[in-house]
Amino acid sequence: MEFKRKPVTDIGIDETLNRVDEAKIKKAIDWVLNKETSARLKVFVETCMRCGMCTTSCHHYLGHNNDPTYAPAAKVKQTIWDILNKKGNVSKEDIKKYARITFTECNLCRRCVQFCPFGIDIAYLIALVRRMCCLIGVVPQYIYDQVLSHMQTTNMLWFRQDEWLDTIQWLEDELRAEIKNGKIPVGKKDAEVLYLAHGLEAKYMTGLITNMAKIMNVAKVDWTLPDTDGWDYTVKALYAQDFETMGKVIKTHYETAFRLNVKKIIIGECGHAFRTAVYEGVRYLGWQEPPIPYIHGVQLFYELLKEGKIKIAKKIEEPVTIQDPCNIIRYRGMGKMLRYIVAQLCENIVEMSPKDDHNYCCSAGGGMIDSGPPWKTARIEGGKVKAEQIRNTGAKIVIAPCHTCHKGIEDLNIYYKLNVHVKFLVDIIAEIMEIPEEMKP
Amino acid sequence: MEQFFLDPSIYTLARGPLVWLAFLVFLIGMFYRVFTTLKMAKKEKVIYPYLNLKYTLRSIFRWLMPFGSISMRKHPWFTAVTFVFHICLIATPLFLTGHIELWHESWRISWWALPVSLADAMTVIVILCSILLIFRRLYQQDIKFLTSFSDYIVIILVALPFITGFLAHHELLLEYKIMLTIHMISGEIMLIAIPFTRLSHMFMFFLTRAHTGSEFGAVRHSRDY
Repeated sequence: MEFKRKPVTDIGIDETLNRVDEAKIKKAIDWVLNKETSARLKVFVETCMRCGMCTTSCHHYLGHNNDPTYAPAAKVKQTIWDILNKKGNVSKEDIKKYARITFTECNLCRRCVQFCPFGIDIAYLIALVRRMCCLIGVVPQYIYDQVLSHMQTTNMLWFRQDEWLDTIQWLEDELRAEIKNGKIPVGKKDAEVLYLAHGLEAKYMTGLITNMAKIMNVAKVDWTLPDTDGWDYTVKALYAQDFETMGKVIKTHYETAFRLNVKKIIIGECGHAFRTAVYEGVRYLGWQEPPIPYIHGVQLFYELLKEGKIKIAKKIEEPVTIQDPCNIIRYRGMGKMLRYIVAQLCENIVEMSPKDDHNYCCSAGGGMIDSGPPWKTARIEGGKVKAEQIRNTGAKIVIAPCHTCHKGIEDLNIYYKLNVHVKFLVDIIAEIMEIPEEMKP
Repeated sequence: MEQFFLDPSIYTLARGPLVWLAFLVFLIGMFYRVFTTLKMAKKEKVIYPYLNLKYTLRSIFRWLMPFGSISMRKHPWFTAVTFVFHICLIATPLFLTGHIELWHESWRISWWALPVSLADAMTVIVILCSILLIFRRLYQQDIKFLTSFSDYIVIILVALPFITGFLAHHELLLEYKIMLTIHMISGEIMLIAIPFTRLSHMFMFFLTRAHTGSEFGAVRHSRDY
């Protein structure tokens, strides 16, 4: 079986390769192999028995009609094994192939790790090759643009600080149409909670910030948004494995929290940001665990519902299914909390199979959706398993507490004609919660 | 050992000094590999701080128990074959009457032995499983794609002592003593090869599972099985 793919053009990969030479490629590979890797790479490569237990765990393998070149171990064979066999002397064509496999055929969801008898961290091996590509500068253009934005503005969409403040002001105006004297505090010192937003929420999906503000006001949470850069919790540098930028962004988040003297940071419904803030980012900065609690939207809603700070007026009756985002379920075990929340909100829950931490990835995560339009087909094909899973539940609403899952499943919905609505928890809660009489305008 | 000095021949060489050599290389090589791996792991700052005994043991227990993981339940046939293969592979040489007699002869120690007919059957099982594993590599597309020449060598390396042992025991093909010599040499080669080939998974298993088990259990609060 050969590695056969339809040609796809991506400036970030093709143009960069026109500029660099083999010497630079070798230098980047040697740097990663000698300076950044050690026992894990060696043991993982030497212990793999090529047993194939991981093969059917991968949605890309299943989505591409069982093409062996999409199996997890096969992706490792075609990338890092190949690099090691060639002792780092690889051609530009090789790099192009590695970039394609690692950025657009793997979501780093780590489901295959659960299927490996030796627990070989396949996502780590794939990420290593991404790191090499990143050091050469070979990264899909859409990811790289967002990383550059993070480098300069600490947010993903080239949003300026004054635009941020302006946005929050008019969002507060809008909020007051629903909540009497509703407030969105900005840069409030000694608040209990620092809330960070998703870059997209500030630019295109502002309703999500308004809805979160609604919940925060009703639950009477002492919260604030940052008044400076660093309000965007996303860290797209994770996808490119650009550790330096990732470290800078995460550091800004924690520094902002310390400057405002808050007790914890809360983010909305996002997978990769949470994962970066509690694992990759803090580990890169040298902390074992986050220096102050870093709370995900699911944990927040769980606490608010459990403590009765928000009450639900009327539950949703349509059949609902739950998407378990890898980065908060497989990476942080929030499955039970998520199910508790959904049970409070909905009457009729139909679970996907498999579910919870064995759930399949939405095929959009780990940078695949951020690779942009050139790679959309790869993502949609890989999402076939997820589409079937959703179709089999017969649900009308898919609750996806993650921006990436949300958008990914929306695309699957259109392509595979699933006829579902994809919803965030924050939207559902804001819609169906009780608003006390005195808060009604 | 003395036999070799009294009557030097390939047979006494394989029966005495080479056994010593094989066991020494196996043990020292194994310790060396584990030791260097543990030392190298220190350089990676994300391994030791997160190790957790409870989840290491959970992980190892789940993966040593037949059908203890979702992966094994999804591959029932392969799981059955590999478990039977590994159990026979380890138990047969350890509890074989002939082998225990040799230990007794040199060190005056002995332990419970498998009935001869059972040991014989287990040997055949190892050989059959090896054939199945080879066929799987040849005919299952995804594994065929992963397989390189060395993977066949490793299986043959493991199967050879069992094939020759079986032939010697039943005095087939070659004269008993010649076959026995080949049997001993092939066994010694296998032992020596363990630390230096992917057969080292027999002890690396515990290290990788410790890391992944701890990461999944203690840090990610999810299952690695």
